[in-house]
Amino acid sequence: MNLDFSIVNWNLIQGFILKGLWFSIILTVIATAGGVFFGTLLALMRLSGKKWLDTPAAIYVNGMRSIPLVMVILWFFLLVPFIIGRPLGAEYSAVITFIAFEAAYFSEIMRAGIQSIPRGQVFAGQAMGMTYKQNMTLVILPQAFRNMLPVLLTQTIILFQDTSLVYAIGAYDLLKGFETAGKNFGRPIEMYLLAALLYFIICFSLSYMVKRLHRKIAIIR
Amino acid sequence: MLNMDWAVFCKDTITGDVMSGCLGQGRDITYLNWIFTAWGWTVSVSLTALVIALVVGSVIGVIRTLPDSPWLVRLGNTWVEMFRNIPLLVQIFLWYHVVPALIPPMRDMPSFALVVIALGLFTSARIAEQVRAGVQALPKGQRYAGMALGFTTPQYYRYVILPMAYRIIIPPLTSESMNIFKNSSVAFAVSIPELTQYAMQVGEETSRPVEVYLAVTVLYIISALVINRIMAFIEKRSRVPGFVASGTGAGGH
Repeated sequence: MNLDFSIVNWNLIQGFILKGLWFSIILTVIATAGGVFFGTLLALMRLSGKKWLDTPAAIYVNGMRSIPLVMVILWFFLLVPFIIGRPLGAEYSAVITFIAFEAAYFSEIMRAGIQSIPRGQVFAGQAMGMTYKQNMTLVILPQAFRNMLPVLLTQTIILFQDTSLVYAIGAYDLLKGFETAGKNFGRPIEMYLLAALLYFIICFSLSYMVKRLHRKIAIIR
Repeated sequence: MLNMDWAVFCKDTITGDVMSGCLGQGRDITYLNWIFTAWGWTVSVSLTALVIALVVGSVIGVIRTLPDSPWLVRLGNTWVEMFRNIPLLVQIFLWYHVVPALIPPMRDMPSFALVVIALGLFTSARIAEQVRAGVQALPKGQRYAGMALGFTTPQYYRYVILPMAYRIIIPPLTSESMNIFKNSSVAFAVSIPELTQYAMQVGEETSRPVEVYLAVTVLYIISALVINRIMAFIEKRSRVPGFVASGTGAGGH
């Protein structure tokens, strides 16, 4: 079996790959932003000390974390059209799924980050006469975010890899782009290899940057 | 939506008739028979992959901590980076479509074996990372104590370092074992008849996706709980009095 990469040219990249790459990146960015937002809310619910806030958040987070992502994708693809009352494309369904799914994972990272802040900081804020909201937004969360930034970014890289699972509902992501190109040009083997290479380059360089950032933050502290 | 029809599981998979007793006889199977077969596939894919992951992950993790062997350390690091930075689904496609095309002797391998290798090696990189962290979490003095007793390198790993390191990493190993069950769902992409594949196919076939997805989801949760309990039991039985294991951080799915 001989490998033949001669079919790879700008037209193929532009026609098949870029569209998928763009969707994978957009999905990662939106899911990270949404996941961090809702994840912070979930973490605050779990740390509120009020049972009626803590219990539903705990059930949600643990539920999401014990189901395979592929099943979550299938569930949302099935249920979201029912809830909003009209059919929804695979791409939109994927965005909603990933925000909801990542919120559970990010909330656990947030919770660990918030708990890593010494209690004295909370007391200091309270002694200054700050309200709970002021204390959180001005004292606790800024420090917590910095502590957990490396873990957060690592999770984002994992999220980027996981976007390939939208394969289950047929959304057009980076992997799908390579697969379609491979089918159209009769060169699936080469396309799978290139897909693996591109994913590796992206994820490896990102994780290398996270490592450097980690070292930088560690020195400041 | 809310009026569920659980009798769907008692239906014969070919004729669609509801069978009495819910289980089929002989070669006629119901969807209930089928879901247990699918669960069996999920369990066997996961457990076989877990064995591969533990063995390979331990070897790679250990060689990354060896003193005075920079090339072995580099080999281990490359291994981990390779398997960690390519999505699992892409790796499964590589093993299923690419490897048999490039290496003719692999052509006759059953797809079960290829998926197990893919999932096992993917997880081995993560376990290698945990084993390395576990070994490095031990005080340097443990290694020196082993050396001072005249142990060779394999000996002090076997009798001094690894017994403690494995105890430290039981919590992250627990979540990794639960992850492998979740990750086995990706095998649907190469038509392994496991639970997710069952959910997709039977959900469509019976037009009762909610019931089917619910049943599959519950089976996944049960699997995760059972693994969790088994690991907790192992952790309890292997505990050394007076030694407080500090878990290393675990992330990811």
